[in-house]
Amino acid sequence: MGILEPTNVYAYKLITKKDYFAPGHRACQGCAEALAVRLVAKALGRDTIVASATGCMEIISSPLPFTSWRVPWIHVAFENAAAVASGAEAGMKVLMRKGKVPKKKITFLAMAGDGGTSDIGIQALSGALERGHDFIYICYDNEAYMNTGIQRSSSTPYGASTTTSPAGKVIPGQTTWKKNVPEIAAAHNIPYVATACPSYPIDLIEKVKKAAKIKGPAYIHILSVCPTGWRLLPELSIKAGRLAVETGVFPLYEVEDGRYRITVDTGELRPVNDYLKIQGRFRHLDESMIAKIQARVVQEYEKLKKR
Amino acid sequence: MGKRIGLEVSLSAAEAVKMANVDCIAAYPITPQTHIVEHLSELVNDGVLDAEFIPVESEHSAMSVSAGASAVGARAFTCTSSQGLALMNEIVHIVASMRLPVVMILANRSMSGPISIWNDHTDVMSIRDCGWIQVFANNGQEVFDHVLFGYRVAESHDVMLPLIINMDGFILTHVIEPIEFWEKEQVEQYLPDFKPIHTLHPDKPVTMGGVGMPSIFSEAKVAQDEPLKQSKSTIISAWKELGDIVGRYYNPIETYRSEDAETLFITQGSYGETVSLAVDELRGDGISVGLIMDRLWRPFPFDEFRKVTGQAKNLIVIDRAISYGGQGGPLAIDLRSVLYKEKNQPDIANFICGLAGRDVTIGDFKTMYHKAMKKVKEHPREEDFEYYGVRGK
Amino acid sequence: MGKTKTDLTWQELEVGATIVTPGNAAEYKSGDWRSMRPVVDNKKCIKCGTCYIFCPDAAIYETAEGFFEADLYYCKGCGICAHECPTQAIEMVEEEE
Repeated sequence: MGILEPTNVYAYKLITKKDYFAPGHRACQGCAEALAVRLVAKALGRDTIVASATGCMEIISSPLPFTSWRVPWIHVAFENAAAVASGAEAGMKVLMRKGKVPKKKITFLAMAGDGGTSDIGIQALSGALERGHDFIYICYDNEAYMNTGIQRSSSTPYGASTTTSPAGKVIPGQTTWKKNVPEIAAAHNIPYVATACPSYPIDLIEKVKKAAKIKGPAYIHILSVCPTGWRLLPELSIKAGRLAVETGVFPLYEVEDGRYRITVDTGELRPVNDYLKIQGRFRHLDESMIAKIQARVVQEYEKLKKR
Repeated sequence: MGKRIGLEVSLSAAEAVKMANVDCIAAYPITPQTHIVEHLSELVNDGVLDAEFIPVESEHSAMSVSAGASAVGARAFTCTSSQGLALMNEIVHIVASMRLPVVMILANRSMSGPISIWNDHTDVMSIRDCGWIQVFANNGQEVFDHVLFGYRVAESHDVMLPLIINMDGFILTHVIEPIEFWEKEQVEQYLPDFKPIHTLHPDKPVTMGGVGMPSIFSEAKVAQDEPLKQSKSTIISAWKELGDIVGRYYNPIETYRSEDAETLFITQGSYGETVSLAVDELRGDGISVGLIMDRLWRPFPFDEFRKVTGQAKNLIVIDRAISYGGQGGPLAIDLRSVLYKEKNQPDIANFICGLAGRDVTIGDFKTMYHKAMKKVKEHPREEDFEYYGVRGK
Repeated sequence: MGKTKTDLTWQELEVGATIVTPGNAAEYKSGDWRSMRPVVDNKKCIKCGTCYIFCPDAAIYETAEGFFEADLYYCKGCGICAHECPTQAIEMVEEEE
C-alpha cells in the first residue's frame, strides 16, 4: 500500500499553497521536471539552500537578471552540484559552530539532471555521499541531455532515440540499458535513497520531507517526463509518468538504512508497451526490442521486490 | 617581535592558514603542496584549528567545495599545483566571476607532459587571464605573511575577489627557513572577520550564478575586470598596514640595485634571490646591472614597471614558462606590451630556463647576462627569446 | 517591470552578478507562449485541487469560493490540467488573437 492512495485526490488540498519556485520560468509547456522542482520546493520550504548543476532547470530559472528562486540558490558548473552543496553545508556548519550564524535547521539541496548526475557528476556525487555531508541530492532524470538538445546520457533507456543515439537504419537507438544510479547511491550505505515521480505528488513530497529530516546524505531520483525530448504531447506528461510506474519501468521505492520498500504498489504491472507507445522516442521499436524491454523490466522488478 | 623558528615552509604556510582562522579547508593531495594540507589536517584533528577539513575526491571538487563554502560566508582555503590547477580550471574562472574571496596557495609545478613534479611557472601562467589576484612569494616568510594579506585583500568590500599566492614547489615548499610568526593580537588587528556582501542564507535569498545572455554578458565581465584593476590601491594599502604591524614592507615590484642600472634582470618567484647574488658578482666586475622582482602579477603593475625601467637600456627577462608557438615567455610578452608606447624602450632579452626544477645557478645568470649583451650588440632590438641550457639548442 | 538585460549598465549589476530580488522571474509573462487556454466548468468542478498540484508553472490558483482558475499571465496552455481533471471539468480552447 502506498503512502497515500493515488486516487485520494482531496489530499492535494493539504499541500502548502506556498510556491518557493516562482512562475514565469522558461520551462517548456508541460515540463514535468519543472513540476517536480515546484513540488520539491513546496516540500522543503523556506529554510533551504540549493546548489544546482547546469541543466534545464538551471537555465530556465535563472536568466540574468531574473530568478525563479525564492530560496537561496547557487549555480557554479555542470558536474559539481554535490561538491558545491558539500562546501555550503560544511561552511554553514562551521559558521554555526563558531557562533557567526545563529543556529537553525537549514536543508542543503544539490540538484542536477541525469547528465549532471550519472555521467559527468558521478564523481562529485560519490565523494559527497562518502564524506557523509548532511544534505539531499536530487537527480531530476529526464533521461537525456535535454538542455543541450536531447543527447543520450547513461540514464537514457534502452531503445530510446536521441540525437546522439538516433534510431538509424543499422543501430536502432540507445543500445545500452539505463544506469541504475539509485543503486549506486544505495551502495554508499547512506541513510536514505528513494525514487519518485511528480505524477505521484504526495509520495514525492513525503519522501523529500523524510530526506530533509534524515541526518546525513539522502539521494532521491525523480523521473521527470520531458514532452519535448520524449516526443509526446505536453498534456500527457503526468500520464506518462504514471504509466512508467504502473508498467514497472520506474518503480517507486525507498531504501531506509538498507531496508527496501516499494512505496506505490499499483498492482499487477501493465505491459510496457502501454508506456512506450505514447512516446515518439520509442516509435521505431520493433517487437523483439519491446519484448527485450518487457523481460528486463519484469526481471528488475522481481529483483527489487526480493530486496 | 614574534616567535621566529626554523620550519619547513609548507608547514609554516599551514600555520599561517590556521592563524587566519579559516573555516573551511578543501584538500586534495598533489606533490609538492601536500605537506600544507597534511599539516592542516593535523591541526584540525588535534583540535588546534576549528575548521572543516574536507578531503575532496578531486581538485575540481576542491575548488567547487571552496566556492560553496565561500558563498555561505565561510572563509575558504585550498591549495594545489599544476595538474590539480588544470583540473579545477573551469571553476577557477567561475569563482572569480562570482567574486568569491577564496584564497589559494599554488605550489608552482610544471604542467604535464611529460609528467613532472618539479618546479616552474607553467601552471600559474596557464591561468594568467582567469581574473584572480595573483602574487608571487619569494621566500618562506613572504608566503606566511601573504596568507594573512590574502584574506585581508580578498575579503575587502571594494575588492571581493579570489587570490592566489604563488610559491615555488620544492624550492620553497620543501625547505626549512626561518619564519617569524605573528602574534595573535597582530592578526586580530590586521585581519577582520569575513563579512560577505552577498551570502546564501534563507533570511535573505539571493541567486548566484545566473545565465548571462549575450545582451548582458559583456557588462558582467566589465563588472569583474574593473574591481580587479582597481584592487591595486587596496593591495598597496594592505601591504603598508602589514608593514606597519610586523615591520616587513612589500611592494608590487621589488628592486635591487636598480636605480642607476643600465641592464635589469626581471624575475618572478624565488629565483629573484639567486639573481640578486649574480647581480652582486656582476657589479663586483664593474657591470651596471640591477634586479626587478615582480611580486604583483595580476592586476599588472603597469606604472611601477614603466617607472623602474625608465632609464634602463636592456632588460633580461627570466621566464619559467613558455607560450608554445608564441613569442617566448609570458612575463616577457606582457612586459613588451607594457613598454610598447614608452619613448625609451629597452632592448629585451628573454630566457626560458629552470623548467621542471632544472637548477639555474648564479653562474648561469651571469652567463645569461653575457649572452644578452652579445645579442644587444649583434642583433639589437630583435625581440626574440632563447631556451637557456637546453642540450642541442 | 524591473530593468531587463538590455537596460542594465555594468555598474548596476550586483557583485558577482548576484540577483538579490528573489522570484523576480514572476515579472515575466510566460502566458504569451500559449495557443490554447484552459476553461473551467465550475458545475463539474469538485474542488479537488488536482489541476493546482499538477501545473508545472504554478499558474493555477484557488479562488475565494474554493474553485480553481488559471492565471493567464503565466499559463502556457500545456493542457495538463485539462487532461488530469478527474471530472473533465476543464476544456482547452483556442486562444483568439
